[in-house]
Amino acid sequence: MIRVQAENFDVGAEINALSQGNTAIGGICSFVGLVRDFQHTKEDTNRVSAMTLEHYPGMTEKKLVEIEQIARKRWDLEDVLIIHRYGRMEPGENIVLVVTASAHRKVAFESCEFLMDFLKTKAPFWKLEEDDTGAGSWVDAREADNTAALKWKDQSV
Amino acid sequence: MKILYFAWLRTKIGCAEEEIELPNTVQTVGEVLDYLRSKGGAYADSLGDDKVIRVALNQEYAQQDDKVSNADEFAIFPPVTGG
Repeated sequence: MIRVQAENFDVGAEINALSQGNTAIGGICSFVGLVRDFQHTKEDTNRVSAMTLEHYPGMTEKKLVEIEQIARKRWDLEDVLIIHRYGRMEPGENIVLVVTASAHRKVAFESCEFLMDFLKTKAPFWKLEEDDTGAGSWVDAREADNTAALKWKDQSV
Repeated sequence: MKILYFAWLRTKIGCAEEEIELPNTVQTVGEVLDYLRSKGGAYADSLGDDKVIRVALNQEYAQQDDKVSNADEFAIFPPVTGG
């Protein structure tokens, strides 16, 4: 299941809801992405005071559904949950949650990593960082994210 | 054709969405981008060769040679940075 929402989510409640009543699940893996209050470089003294996530309504949901379908085809999953927020959020707040549930841990771990790698390169979200001076700057895409997504191509699982 | 802009393309071009009537000669994704660049100003700047942009046609990632029509939804945006 996928959800795209402005409001925050409760990680524990989401995981409990997903596992409730499904006793075929032997392992659950979750990844939570948070807004961090970081410096880009040692010289950069401006800290991120807030982040605004913009997205492409319609295409976002479509891509997340596709990514979930790819994972379900590739791994034997009991359940999948992807929640991604949009709008303005402050350091410490949740941005994204990916939960995978399976009979065994390897499948849960691998598929969770795969979902995050794919989401980061395919789902149409853009981060605008606001620093403590109030200035905003769009975050650049990282080559490392593309490399991470590509590794799933040649690896048979 | 409905054209959507996101992230810095939206702020630079100054609108999130606009409707443009394509000339008959414009038939591919690459030609739509050329047509927009020919409008000059922020269009030419934002869509210049030095910029890295992505295009989605009807909410699917598109390539330069993909065919377009006036009924399509054409979105232009920078590489994604979610997660």
